[in-house]
Amino acid sequence: MYPRWLWQACAAPGVFWLLLLFIVPFYAVIGVAFGQLDPIFQNPIPIWNPLHWNFDNTLSILAQFVPGERYWLVFVRTTKYIFFAVAISLLIAYPVAYYISRHARRTKTILLVLLVLPFWVSYLMRMLAWVGLLSPDGLVNNFLIWSHIDTDPPNWLGGHPGTVIFALIYGYIPYMILPLVAALDRIDKSLIEASRDLGMTARQTFFRVTLPLSKMGILGGCVIITLPMFGDYYTPQIVSGSPETSMLGNQIYLYFHGGPQPDVGATLTVVLSLFLAVLMAYYLYSVARAQKDLQ
Amino acid sequence: MSAVAEETRKPDTAARLLHRVRALVSNPHGRPRALMTITWIYMVWTILPVLIAILFSFNDGRSISVWQGFDATRWYWGDPVNSVWQDPGLQSALWQSLKLAGLDMLIATPLGVLLALGLARWRGYGSRPANFLMLFPLITPEIVMGVSLYLVFQYVYVFVEPSTTAQVLGQVTFSISYVVIVVRGRLLSIGRQYEEAAADLGATPAQCLRLVLLPLMLPAILASTMIVFAISIDNFVIAQWLSCGAGCDTVPIKVYTATRSAPLPSINAVAAIMVYLTLAAVVLAYVVYRFLTRGERAKGQGQSEFAQMGSIDFN
Repeated sequence: MYPRWLWQACAAPGVFWLLLLFIVPFYAVIGVAFGQLDPIFQNPIPIWNPLHWNFDNTLSILAQFVPGERYWLVFVRTTKYIFFAVAISLLIAYPVAYYISRHARRTKTILLVLLVLPFWVSYLMRMLAWVGLLSPDGLVNNFLIWSHIDTDPPNWLGGHPGTVIFALIYGYIPYMILPLVAALDRIDKSLIEASRDLGMTARQTFFRVTLPLSKMGILGGCVIITLPMFGDYYTPQIVSGSPETSMLGNQIYLYFHGGPQPDVGATLTVVLSLFLAVLMAYYLYSVARAQKDLQ
Repeated sequence: MSAVAEETRKPDTAARLLHRVRALVSNPHGRPRALMTITWIYMVWTILPVLIAILFSFNDGRSISVWQGFDATRWYWGDPVNSVWQDPGLQSALWQSLKLAGLDMLIATPLGVLLALGLARWRGYGSRPANFLMLFPLITPEIVMGVSLYLVFQYVYVFVEPSTTAQVLGQVTFSISYVVIVVRGRLLSIGRQYEEAAADLGATPAQCLRLVLLPLMLPAILASTMIVFAISIDNFVIAQWLSCGAGCDTVPIKVYTATRSAPLPSINAVAAIMVYLTLAAVVLAYVVYRFLTRGERAKGQGQSEFAQMGSIDFN
């Protein structure tokens, strides 16, 4: 009924936009990373032809990713923070998602609204809230002193690794709960009933039926928050600012805006992207499969 | 006898407390109180800090951490130097944020709607890679997009300086995919039967598009516009990487710089204004959405759609 070319014509502007402003820019990063330095001004000269790429720079940076070197320390620190943040997020998110999808009856609507509310508050605003609460004369320290839990509380914002992990959890956990709720909602109730009818206890039902069936939601939620966390540089900067807690994102930011060495920054970006490509590929694969189920 | 009755009526406080705690943890047949407690503690923990931060925008003193009395207007427009309305930096940041959000909505929504139509219906060579391409901006860490746009404007599209234009181009790139996800979901759920019926009854293709497809897509277009507004207001990384300096600062950039020095409650006030605006927009969009889709859904389905509006919005 419609002309054959219509849908292709519809897709064309968007596809061109993404080619020009997503694919070409990424190629620019690669070009700079594998480019050369101007011998006099030390500013990078990108090389566009893959045959002429210069890998010296990349190799010297990769050499610093081995144990004991400077990027190794940053990389290990980043991975450690993210591992703890994701693990603790999961421990908090799973029970909350489980309660909302399985047990909340009359309060389900209000709980879902509350769950979505953080999405409508700017991330920076949510960090600012904790800067106020955690500052030396803030409410958290006042409470600790008043309740005699800790009469001499530390300066939480002065380079405390715990604060960075805490802020990462606070910032990203809403993104994890929603896919979990969706995954738990999708589980067929009759499977749970069958399991109980066949004599499993509530605990066995949970570990043998519910948990395996929500595996995709758990993995999806973890990937969804791990990817942006690896690119995060503002959270550690806001709640700590100390080089002792800087993450990979902070290094990249520094090479562009601190002491400008865009070639090193670009190389680190490429390394980070390759590292995350595994996670991304997995995520795209699962999204594609979920879409196939829908169609 | 009466002593025993007395004892059963008034059990030891400690024992009663223990009983309470045990009932909270192991309660096989009743309501899962432990889960309920965790859930509500989580809700309070996510929302209360933001409410406190908004409250501090009404602080009478110059601190964002010590409460010094209530003053409803000082940091919004009362203070002659530092309030949002009087501080030129904050005021321009507010306008810059709104300007970027407006332009982003105007450009990203039509592009995304067309792309969604194309991707949902175009079958053939090139449609699978296009589908794939659309998903990438959603999962790429923002710093990678920031770096790549920063470098592309420096080395390839040299005619675009770091400026409002560059910020808009970057934010649109970042928002198109959200529009596509929302609109395509709607397209798949309405199917093609209504248009086919219209064509059978003699409508031309143009009439099918305008009188059948467009009204059916309208709720999703509206929801996606709303989402573009929210992610554009919230966007920090891309706006910062493509900023031209103080003149291009948006509210999130102001908040970021302020937290590193000594922030005044006016920062809370300007961030709070963004929260009010976003919430007002969400409520408005939701009301209009419900109005446009009235009579379409079974009871109780609206809540999941509302949840969906947030679920795909991730940093």
